[in-house]
Amino acid sequence: MGYVAVKGGQDAIDNAALLVEYFRLKERTPPIEVEQIRTQMRLLVDRVMGEGSLYAPEHAALAIKQVEGDTFEAAFLLRAYRATLNRRFYSEIIDTRHMQVQRRISSAFRDIPGGQILGPTRDYTMRLFEPRLAVETLDSMEDLLRSIDASLTLPEAVEGIRTFGKVIDLLLSEGVMRKDMRGDADRRVVDVTREAIRFPAPRSAVLQMLARAETGGLMCLGYSTMRGFAAGGHGTVGELRAGKVDVRITDPRGRLRYVGRIVVTECEMVNSVKSGKKKDPTPYLSVGYGLCFGHNDTKAICMGMLDSSLREPNDSNPANSQEFTLYHTEGVESYGFTNHLKLPHYVTFQSGLDNLRNSMRRVREMRQRALAGYAGVPQS
Amino acid sequence: MITGNGLTSAYNFAFIDENTKKEIRRKLLKAIAVPGYQVPYSSPEMPIARGWGTGGLHVTLAVIGRGDTLKVIDQGSDASVNACSLRQFIHKMTGCRTTVDTAEATLIQTRHRIPEEILTPQQILVFQVPQPEVLRTVERLEDRTRQMHAEADYSRMWVSLYESYVRFGSLMRGAGYPVKVNGRYLMSPSPIPRWDVPNLNDARCLYLFGAGREKRLYAIPPHTRVEPLEFEDVRFRVEEWGNTTCAYSQQGDAFLDEIYENEQVKKFVVNDSNFLDKLRSGPRPPQRLFRNPE
Repeated sequence: MGYVAVKGGQDAIDNAALLVEYFRLKERTPPIEVEQIRTQMRLLVDRVMGEGSLYAPEHAALAIKQVEGDTFEAAFLLRAYRATLNRRFYSEIIDTRHMQVQRRISSAFRDIPGGQILGPTRDYTMRLFEPRLAVETLDSMEDLLRSIDASLTLPEAVEGIRTFGKVIDLLLSEGVMRKDMRGDADRRVVDVTREAIRFPAPRSAVLQMLARAETGGLMCLGYSTMRGFAAGGHGTVGELRAGKVDVRITDPRGRLRYVGRIVVTECEMVNSVKSGKKKDPTPYLSVGYGLCFGHNDTKAICMGMLDSSLREPNDSNPANSQEFTLYHTEGVESYGFTNHLKLPHYVTFQSGLDNLRNSMRRVREMRQRALAGYAGVPQS
Repeated sequence: MITGNGLTSAYNFAFIDENTKKEIRRKLLKAIAVPGYQVPYSSPEMPIARGWGTGGLHVTLAVIGRGDTLKVIDQGSDASVNACSLRQFIHKMTGCRTTVDTAEATLIQTRHRIPEEILTPQQILVFQVPQPEVLRTVERLEDRTRQMHAEADYSRMWVSLYESYVRFGSLMRGAGYPVKVNGRYLMSPSPIPRWDVPNLNDARCLYLFGAGREKRLYAIPPHTRVEPLEFEDVRFRVEEWGNTTCAYSQQGDAFLDEIYENEQVKKFVVNDSNFLDKLRSGPRPPQRLFRNPE
């Protein structure tokens, strides 16, 4: 029978769900602990939290385990779960000048006050297999950690304990970048989880959508801006930083409350812009801004590029079109709709087939009439 | 680690939190007040994927009460896998009675069909809508289509229908045939076959439409004028099967599925599974039929 049996649909989906569990476990290897995923799959957890739009490392780790590592599904689980939670508060604005920095780099300057801090990054490693990981044991792990501890001069710095001023503050104080250059920008703060996005969207909505977007989708469009599919060349990483920031809310009595600490990655892409204003034609630098949950350099940089390109509307380039970029990088939505093609469509298909057959018949009849005409047969 | 009862506690009645349900109901009222107009709404994520009926699910969960009797169909069938999974989920979250009997249901969620059996003023039909924007085929940008609706500027849709006629000799619209609602808004009826479109006009029941991924709600209140787009000399037509009848009920005058038994032999079966059951077991249920113009 087809997959729409008149009876048995319920049994089929129950069995399919059971089979998934069977395939997850059939090799009988030791079960992966959620805590292991949370700690040893740090970047995967971060990515899923970002796309799932919920900062909850344990839940993200559980989601990853449950869906056998499919990031789309894992982010989807988090999103569905967060939809059951009431929005009780909005946090106060996070000032990343108070970030406890684990990593900060600037490609705009050779040196920056406080110094470039690479932090944990694979950027400069050779991408070669590390065979010892195939046989890693608790003992080998301990040995490595002990030797790292012994070589640390500032053990507390590893976790990020100090704050740094921001690179764009240098540009602002010099006057090549100004806070008021886009006075006409839409500064309304909306919440894309509470109301549907409308176009042209205010920047707050754009940044929220980008922060929740799927990393691969963002990279595709961010990359396209550097290959000629957006006005201008590529910007410069003014600053990329990652670390911990405190989240505070104002309680109903108006008191500021600390609710926790999250890891975020922030990127400021600096672009040179020619002012379009007739009164003040001075060119200036503008910032494309990206901020996402966890450690995710690629996502923050692409957000920065797209925040800039989306402020120069041009419907012929995907990355200059808010609608194209924001709708199509939304991972949970594009994943869902792409996979809905697996649902039966026989009614819709039948309706189209009916048109096609009628049209084919009309064409056939027209041809026959024409041929009959040429042969000199009188038409009835 | 995960502490507290975050993952184990019972969910709210009908899953969605009360504030969001209230928001959806408010926007549905607006949709009913302005028939055919697409109202943006929050569209929270559901445990089912986007494109699998989240919009319909939002509407159903927002309007369902403990006394409702629920029916879920997908492509006309109660037993289709996605209908099963939605029905099971809604039942789990509400405890409401479920049924396959069209007449018995107070609330019906559907994908791509209107039941053949005529619906009553006591019933609500909730459509799952993949693409709410009827103008998307002629204009890709949301910003512009909203403006076109605001100005009731549907010229490009008319031109596209005309072009279809010139090229193919018919309007060539399959499922999701564009309709004019209450003489004002052009609306996508969701991908129901043309066979179902006449049933939208002057109906006794309330039709609610939910497009989750695109975050839009719209509605057709009872006894609203709904007209498929057509020209004076090129008329709207529903699907035709000639004299073919259903292989199981030996009856016609219903949307038929075409089933290939092998490469040469096809059989036709009434698509609406509950209607078919009733045809086979008793008198033909009441139906509203549309006849194609000559």
